[in-house]
Amino acid sequence: MKWGVVRFPGSLDDADAIHALREVLGQDAAMLWHKDEALGGAECIVLPGGFSYGDYLRCGAIARFSPIMQSVARFAAEGGLVIGICNGFQILCEAHLLPGALMRNRSLAFVCDVVTVRVENAATPFTRAARTGEILRLPIKHGEGCYVAPQEELRAMEERGQVLLRYVDEAGVASDAANPNGSMRSIAGVANQGFNVFGLMPHPEHAVEKALGGEDGRRIFASIIAGGARAASRVSG
Amino acid sequence: MRARVFVTPRKGILDPQGRAVEGALTSLGISGVANLRVGRYVTLEIDAPSHAAAEATVKRICEQLLANPNIEDFRFEVDAG
Repeated sequence: MKWGVVRFPGSLDDADAIHALREVLGQDAAMLWHKDEALGGAECIVLPGGFSYGDYLRCGAIARFSPIMQSVARFAAEGGLVIGICNGFQILCEAHLLPGALMRNRSLAFVCDVVTVRVENAATPFTRAARTGEILRLPIKHGEGCYVAPQEELRAMEERGQVLLRYVDEAGVASDAANPNGSMRSIAGVANQGFNVFGLMPHPEHAVEKALGGEDGRRIFASIIAGGARAASRVSG
Repeated sequence: MRARVFVTPRKGILDPQGRAVEGALTSLGISGVANLRVGRYVTLEIDAPSHAAAEATVKRICEQLLANPNIEDFRFEVDAG
């Protein structure tokens, strides 16, 4: 499957995403430059973590205006798959490709930890390789991951199944103590209404190798790859 | 024309920064302070044919970039002349 990883000035996890996709998962992944417009035929776009444009104004607020994001927005509108990780999630919210916003952590502290998240909806292109209710261990590292959206929007999102990941404790229960950043409803990852755009604060690309602490991030990538294979077989069949 | 834009956390949205600053005031021995909110103050100069046109542009700037309507409110002032 062809992937495109966007590199913004200030991106940090772009090379790790490429490594996870190419070396670990055997995918055809290309780096895309923020000033370019071409997506290189990618079937899934990754907006990686980092501090694009120095986090000036608000995290993700400036990246939204880069030339490549105009192409990404068109790609998403046509149903193309887009996954935003950490700063990528912030960019997708600022670009209005996902609902809500990410604010300063409740603690005001940068959190760097491994968290447990529960898969809330496994019937999506980003979670289909997991089970609903499955617990994933994934790393987080962010200062502004507190997910916020209007109450009525949150209710509608929950009803539509747009909340894909929630912070929970080891037993799988959401609680204040298990919420690392104060996110409303312990939300760790959300999809758009079309379920082709997904943003999450945890880093699946840092969790694809046992030697680096865990492989649960593979669930997310395997889900997308499984969908890509299905699409390819539809085309060839 | 000069414009001043004030962006503040939307009412009802938790402002942990404001709360921490408020807590620091207690440490300073200053009491009687409540609802401290931390926002952003932006100044800009704008070339526009009229005061109304300048206001319209500043409003657009606020809505489309300076404030995130999910979490922030804004207000602005544009100097006459």
